[in-house]
Amino acid sequence: MSSHCRNSLAAMAALALLAGCDRENSDARGKPFGETIPSTSPDTVFPGGQKQVPLDPRLAAYGRNAFAIAQGQQLFGAMNCVGCHSHGGGGMGPALMDAEWRYGGRIDQIAQSISEGRPNGMPAWRGKLTDQQIWQLAAYVQSLSGQAPKDAVGSRAEELSNTPPQTQTKREPVLPSDSAQQ
Amino acid sequence: MKAPAKRKPRKSERVMRDGPDLTGGELEARLEATWSRPKGVIGWLASVDHKEIGRRYIITALAFLAMAGLLALHMRLQLMLPDNDVMTPAEFNEAFTMHGTTMMFLFAVPVMQGVQIYLTPIMVGTRAMAFPRLTAFSYYMYLFGGLFLWAAHYLHFGPDNGWFNYVTLSGPQYGVGKKSDAWAQTITFTEVAALAVAVTLVATILKQRAPGMTLARMPIFVWATLVTSLMVIFSMPAIALVSGLLLSDRLVGTQFFNPAEHGDPLLYQHLFWFFGHPEVYIIFLPATGFVSEIVATFSRRTIFGYPIVVLSLVGTGILAFGLWVHHMFATGLPRVGYSFYTAASMSVSIPTGLQIFCWIATIWEGRPRLQVPMLYVIGFIITFVIGGLSGVMIAAVPLDLQVHDTYFIVAHFHYVLIGGAVFPLLGAITYWFPKSTGRMMSEAWGKIGFWIIFLGFQLAFFPMHIAGLMGMPRRVYTYPAGMGLELPNMLSTIGSFVVGFAVALFVANMVLSFWRGLPAGPDPWDAPSLEWATSSPPAWYNFAHIPAVESRTPLWDSKDDFPVVQGLRVDDRELLMTTVISASPDIREPSATPSIWPFVSAVAVAVSFIGSIFSPWALVVGMIPVAIALTAWFWPKLPGPYAEPQIT
Amino acid sequence: MMRRGLCAGVVSAPCLAGCTGIQTTLGGAGADDTSFIRLFATFLVVCLIMYVLVVGGLAAALANRKVLTVESGAHHESSPWLRSALIGWTVLVAIGLTGLTVASFFVDRSAAARAKHPQFHVKVIANQWWWDVIYMTPDVSQIVHTANELHLPVGVEAEVQLQSNDVIHSFWVPNLAGKQDLIPGRTTDIQLLPTKVGLYRGQCAEFCGIQHANMALVVTVESKVDFLRWLAQQRRPAFAPATPLELAGYRYVTSRECSSCHNIAGTPASGQIGPDLTHLASRRTIAAGTMPMSPGNLYGWVADPQSQKPGNKMPTIGLASNDLHAVVAYLERLK
Repeated sequence: MSSHCRNSLAAMAALALLAGCDRENSDARGKPFGETIPSTSPDTVFPGGQKQVPLDPRLAAYGRNAFAIAQGQQLFGAMNCVGCHSHGGGGMGPALMDAEWRYGGRIDQIAQSISEGRPNGMPAWRGKLTDQQIWQLAAYVQSLSGQAPKDAVGSRAEELSNTPPQTQTKREPVLPSDSAQQ
Repeated sequence: MKAPAKRKPRKSERVMRDGPDLTGGELEARLEATWSRPKGVIGWLASVDHKEIGRRYIITALAFLAMAGLLALHMRLQLMLPDNDVMTPAEFNEAFTMHGTTMMFLFAVPVMQGVQIYLTPIMVGTRAMAFPRLTAFSYYMYLFGGLFLWAAHYLHFGPDNGWFNYVTLSGPQYGVGKKSDAWAQTITFTEVAALAVAVTLVATILKQRAPGMTLARMPIFVWATLVTSLMVIFSMPAIALVSGLLLSDRLVGTQFFNPAEHGDPLLYQHLFWFFGHPEVYIIFLPATGFVSEIVATFSRRTIFGYPIVVLSLVGTGILAFGLWVHHMFATGLPRVGYSFYTAASMSVSIPTGLQIFCWIATIWEGRPRLQVPMLYVIGFIITFVIGGLSGVMIAAVPLDLQVHDTYFIVAHFHYVLIGGAVFPLLGAITYWFPKSTGRMMSEAWGKIGFWIIFLGFQLAFFPMHIAGLMGMPRRVYTYPAGMGLELPNMLSTIGSFVVGFAVALFVANMVLSFWRGLPAGPDPWDAPSLEWATSSPPAWYNFAHIPAVESRTPLWDSKDDFPVVQGLRVDDRELLMTTVISASPDIREPSATPSIWPFVSAVAVAVSFIGSIFSPWALVVGMIPVAIALTAWFWPKLPGPYAEPQIT
Repeated sequence: MMRRGLCAGVVSAPCLAGCTGIQTTLGGAGADDTSFIRLFATFLVVCLIMYVLVVGGLAAALANRKVLTVESGAHHESSPWLRSALIGWTVLVAIGLTGLTVASFFVDRSAAARAKHPQFHVKVIANQWWWDVIYMTPDVSQIVHTANELHLPVGVEAEVQLQSNDVIHSFWVPNLAGKQDLIPGRTTDIQLLPTKVGLYRGQCAEFCGIQHANMALVVTVESKVDFLRWLAQQRRPAFAPATPLELAGYRYVTSRECSSCHNIAGTPASGQIGPDLTHLASRRTIAAGTMPMSPGNLYGWVADPQSQKPGNKMPTIGLASNDLHAVVAYLERLK
């Protein structure tokens, strides 16, 4: 076996292992790294050709963590997010399983939307939920549009069937609201 | 079919049969050439020899026993003191799940099947199993399933919801990550392996017995194997189904166990325990087979009440399918239904009670020799009966409702599993070790080991009855101080370490005796059954001549010159098939040669199964290598130039 | 008297301590548990007799040194009396088992007959990893909501309706009765008839996740008068804060993270996810039996629940120390 082959196989195996760790880690203790939800701009277009601040990989790992997504799913029901957003299809509030993200669809942007609230009715949850709970909600909301890896999501909840199985959710692109068609 | 007449036939291609003109050393050399397998790694992987596969099963199962045993010792350290912190709750939950899953699926059933694979052909007087390549495939499936489970454990997605992994906790919402999927797929591997072995054993026992070995002359162990294998065939599909339904719920969002969509968590329990209860008899009945064989040999007389023992085995096997709801007495099903299962659960102890009478009667009528295998039988009776009687207690609903899911149950099932299956297994290993290796295990160390494990077991598990009655539930990673649970738990911890030491001693005895034990002849124990007519260890071909049998105890009737069958081919693998009931010779049947394709098929199936817990597409895509491997496996062997004439 | 005699005579010494514990099947504080003890003693006596017969038979067989005329052999003939002994043994086992089955059936039926006329109703809803206890009344304003504790009047048949919000749990108060599972999507029930005043402990008896071991329930059996007094006190809304520190705590609890999950009757905190806190300080334990109620334990729990009961659903908020003092002061007010 050539060294190139060997190295790629080793890399794939390492990735598989790491992916497993990301997915299965269920440390429920305390706060994650960092105390606050970092301020990020909801925009994707910046003056002068600047790029969006890259996402901290530990935060990205949150979006791959099965425990976080499951907790987020429970909080989504418990905190009555379904009252406005239904189970992702929207109603009074915008749909969360489509491609349009008015305030940004990256996990830190979603967390910021939840934490700070948004105009026209999205309440601010900072101080009502801990930061870790908000991250878990953000991870779950991300999974509604298929952004989470399929091995980290639960297929359905133990309730009346209201969405196609989450493990079959098509991955939507993350587009700002001006370029998504209504 | 006409043979092509062009080539001059080579000496090795001439049809050769054993007979008056081909006996003795030359016969054995030719049989050896036909029945041995190629050397090297490929030859090792391609082996279809039942003795090799049986040994592999046993050694692999003992390795899993050790791993699960270490988990148990770790758990006992955690439970030694109240509010202890040797293990985190997550670690403890994984530990008891892995302990139970490994012991039940990777040790208990495979070790019994391994001994059955090893012994059945030499006990019934044939050279191979009915489906040798299927048996090889089943070993690899078992091995890969076990390796997969433990790899999942080390990669942090090993199961942690108990060995029965109930929904709703293991369902898609509360069973987070891939842990329950790893459990369910391990089940898939082990059930395929167990089913394959069961099918092979039934076919071998019914069709390949030595001429004259009617059903009424079969050794009791072979009867136990037959009943057990039929039980496997009828019960394993239930757990295949339930693990499949669970995987389906978790992977693609079906609603089998979702009450909001007219599913039912109790469906899981019914299907699981429909398998789960026969499973424990699948583990126990072969052990009673061991006991019958050992008691007969070491009492120096045939078993008393052979028809009673056989009918008890069959009766237990049938009744075992009607008891499963006794695992669900607390679930709120209609009470009148429970009464039926109480009666059924009580009645299943009648056949076992009959067997115990027959064993004790055999000992009474005979002149017992208290060597190590017999000591384990005595330990079995003393220990198992306690477990059986605590089982009679919990068959009663009012009693079960108090002690269900407490340490009383833990005590009960360890008494029946260790007392009822492990003690006979250790006796059986000691008994058949000389046959398999040609050396005796150390009698002195065997006796010491027996006493240590027997006494250590009582110390470890008897206090658990008390702990359960005093309110300690199962599967708790700790308990509060001041409830009186400290003393039983401390005693259990000490006892468990004594048991662990004894098991290590037994394994050390096995290993050292393998290298330096006293050499053993073909029949060191003066036993009656056919396997003791082979050499120790048996040759590749088992018997130089297929024996013919005239009684239940062929070797006690005519030790040195019992009748044999002649006329089987020695240049090619051929078996003699006999009729099902009276075992008169029926047809000759070719037997499969070594092949790497069972191994390759198992690899392909394993990749497909493991991939399917991450994506359903793995089943579809994975079927292509499986199809290729199976095609290569079943590719028909072209008949040689001097094939047997076909009878049309 | 007879029960005590049976208890002492039949069960072993370590178990005598078990007869008097707060979570033991041998406590005999409920009608069902008393029948359990009697039935268990019956079974134990019968099983001991059978065991002595089997082991005695084995010992006799080993001691019986028959002189064989031939060293080894088939020896097909066996003593003629063994056949009769076999039949006798089978009959004995069958009679014994039938008797035990019938005894079990009668105990079961009498428990069912006793349970036909419950005199009051409680609903218990199990969650991961706490018990939601609701005393039902026809008048909705009189419903009492508490958590992880059950008060029962002695001598009164109570029917406890059992439901689960998430996974399968099992309700088990060994001193009073056997257990009953709480299964999502179903309602099961259990009847309790406490016969002795006292304090007992129940525990979840079906593995329900990471903190299954810490899902206990405190059961107080008291006289009818005491029970009604307790019930009336539970019906009152929460006590108002009395000191500035308690007021600061009240403000935090009713406007910040606590109110998202917890309900305190008579305050803006009306979360339905976690245990009702209206009369928290009157309870004997914190977090479903994880630790006894005390100011120090309350501090520890509120400051970092994840270190006390790792994996449970209450997050560690990371309160600043003055907030922590205020919150705990207010919670202690909630008697």
